[in-house]
Amino acid sequence: MNLKSFLAFAAMALGSTSCFAEGAVADEYKAMTFMVFGGIIALTMYITWWASKRVHSANEFYAAGRSISGMQNGWAIAGDYLSAASFLGIAGLISLYGYDGFMYSVGFLVAYITVLLVIAEPCRNIGKYTLGDILAFRNNPKASKTIAAVSTITVSIFYLTAQMVGGGVLVKTLIGIDYEVSVMIVGVLMLAYVVFGGMVATTWVQIVKAILLVIASLILVALVWAPYGFSLPGFLDGVIHNEGVQGQVRKLIGTAAANMSAEDLGQRFLEPGLFLKSPIDQISLGMALVLGTAGLPHILMRFFTVPNAQEARKSVVWAMAIIGGFYVLTLFLGLGAAIKVGPANIVALDKGGNMAAPILAQYLGGGADSVLGNFFLAFVAAVAFATIVAVVAGLVLASASAMAHDIYVGVIRGDHATPDEQVKAARISSVIVGVVAIIIGIAAKGQNVAHLVGMAFAVAASGNLPAVLLTLYWKRCNTGGVVLGMLVGSFSAIALVMASPNMTYPKAVIADAKVVLEGAPAKEAVPAKASAGFVCELFALCQNAVPAKPAAEAKAPLPMKLAKLQASMATLADPAALAKAKKDAGKMEKEIKKAQEDMKKMEGQTASLTGLEKPFFRLKNPGLLSIPLGFLMVILGSLLYRDKRAEDMWDELYVRQNTGIQAEGSSGH
Amino acid sequence: MAKTEMNWAAIDADPRFQALHRKKTKFLWTLMTISMVYYFLLPIGTAYYSDLFKIKVWGSVNVGLVFALSQFIVAWAIAWIYAQRANSEFDPMAQAIINDAHNIK
Repeated sequence: MNLKSFLAFAAMALGSTSCFAEGAVADEYKAMTFMVFGGIIALTMYITWWASKRVHSANEFYAAGRSISGMQNGWAIAGDYLSAASFLGIAGLISLYGYDGFMYSVGFLVAYITVLLVIAEPCRNIGKYTLGDILAFRNNPKASKTIAAVSTITVSIFYLTAQMVGGGVLVKTLIGIDYEVSVMIVGVLMLAYVVFGGMVATTWVQIVKAILLVIASLILVALVWAPYGFSLPGFLDGVIHNEGVQGQVRKLIGTAAANMSAEDLGQRFLEPGLFLKSPIDQISLGMALVLGTAGLPHILMRFFTVPNAQEARKSVVWAMAIIGGFYVLTLFLGLGAAIKVGPANIVALDKGGNMAAPILAQYLGGGADSVLGNFFLAFVAAVAFATIVAVVAGLVLASASAMAHDIYVGVIRGDHATPDEQVKAARISSVIVGVVAIIIGIAAKGQNVAHLVGMAFAVAASGNLPAVLLTLYWKRCNTGGVVLGMLVGSFSAIALVMASPNMTYPKAVIADAKVVLEGAPAKEAVPAKASAGFVCELFALCQNAVPAKPAAEAKAPLPMKLAKLQASMATLADPAALAKAKKDAGKMEKEIKKAQEDMKKMEGQTASLTGLEKPFFRLKNPGLLSIPLGFLMVILGSLLYRDKRAEDMWDELYVRQNTGIQAEGSSGH
Repeated sequence: MAKTEMNWAAIDADPRFQALHRKKTKFLWTLMTISMVYYFLLPIGTAYYSDLFKIKVWGSVNVGLVFALSQFIVAWAIAWIYAQRANSEFDPMAQAIINDAHNIK
């Protein structure tokens, strides 16, 4: 299929999406929303068409001919990295939990210090296209390429599934297109970029998307901050005196709020501890964020697109400026959404807060009934959509390169493939990965995928980073260590997440639903429990530290409350009070419906996906254990295994990674 | 670049390469350590020194917010310091070795 007929097909797919139901955008503004989406999609398609004429060799397909400048690559890295999770997710977390949400932003930026100092330049100097190339330099090529490919595909699929589901939900929530159709559109677009335009198209789509994202955020922040004269204390004063914010804090801290003044409640929003409650978990998360980025295959791959190590360095510095600047903006986006839209309304649209930024845009433009408000919403939503498609394209390219370049060309063909064969293998692999991504995206409908991005970072930090770092900097490192470290590091990270509180535990869901439907009896105060040791903080083997629980009053069943409210509505004369009662009743009905659905879904189940009734591993983030384990296993494996090649190659690797002698050059046009 | 045989062990042993290796190693791992320590003060601080983080310093701006924002400044500063040093010192040192690489036996 050539690009033209493909475009026609894509347009048809878009046109046929008349199957939308409800969404945040009112029907009369849907046409405008589609036009904004269509405009951005058309722009990326033009880029793909332009790029498709420039991709002829494997070098061009995987590495854009190494012709991307440092500054361009910096923007592309930002485009690759500012995923839906960080743009929508962090703004949402800040809007719901204040300070704790902002802590994620810091970790995502600091991660680039590791990339800049010890990863980017050496990898550019000794690598070609993939993580496997870096590891195969001194280790056994077939073994290290195989394991690197498996790891690349695993990490990318985790990351990708979260993006696909996020994209499907975003489009469905905003404009009401069916989830399956949304996932297909994301998948088809991303396939077009990758298959026809390779790294050239992917890079430029990411650059364009990053620029749009920064522009959209700057406009929103300017609008939300201007009323406070661009004063930081002034803006935060607005936050702490906001009733919605105070109400959210009251909800989060429960009975502790009883003795606090309204202003203290507001101030609490700017203090830590509303979201991340376990200190050890916070440190564990920090480790995965800071060390995981440097092991993400789709980020590593970006350094092969620049002509040399100096440009790789420049690209990280640019990326840090853009990504850091953007994350500072998320503070204002999140807090702005909290005061303008209100945490309660944000949660009503999406439990995780993912709609905070788009809904803030709608508000700032004039609200749900205004043309400008809906234009803003459409623009931000379209940027978020472009974000998802661009990030998925980068992930698919990374997986396809692992499949085609490492496995097919490297392992199966023993590095003897003609240039034409290589490009063909790359395109076929992209289609395979893309189709798999669409299938997984549709299969994962309604699943809890929030932990998948965390899992991708944890596997990258525990499996990939120790292997890459020690291959580059430790003379004794060899194939045995790389294979053992990557296997144990990755599997321990995955296993710990599978046994963690991130999974869905039917018993807990049923218990929560029962409280809603049947009410709960009064509870007596429970005193704090002391921890029986550090291990108990990690594993459910013994008593962990539990804070004291205050006494709680009995809760009436929600259906009863609803009936009472509905009965009282008949006597309400004041129209404002009636409207409020109606709104409350609507919320209650939704909550009851959800509890009933939960009961039905979990009926008869007692164990999670991994057969556990309750979490065995107590942390949400496995990094604290799996990262040191990954390093330890690389060291142990290297010491136990003799590999003459790895030792003989050390001088060459070390000289080349430091000087760039014989580094892969640009294709020269 | 034509791939001629290089004597990698000899280059590795060359005093100029050893000087580059020593300077770079010391500088890189010092910066790496500083940035990691400074970063992990944030989760440790929020977890164990939350009273300190709550102290207001500028209107409703508290120590925690100032510290979190300072993380951005420190990260940017480290990136800038590294880039400066690499451009002005490490790159010329490496270039001298590259130019002479074929003659190092």
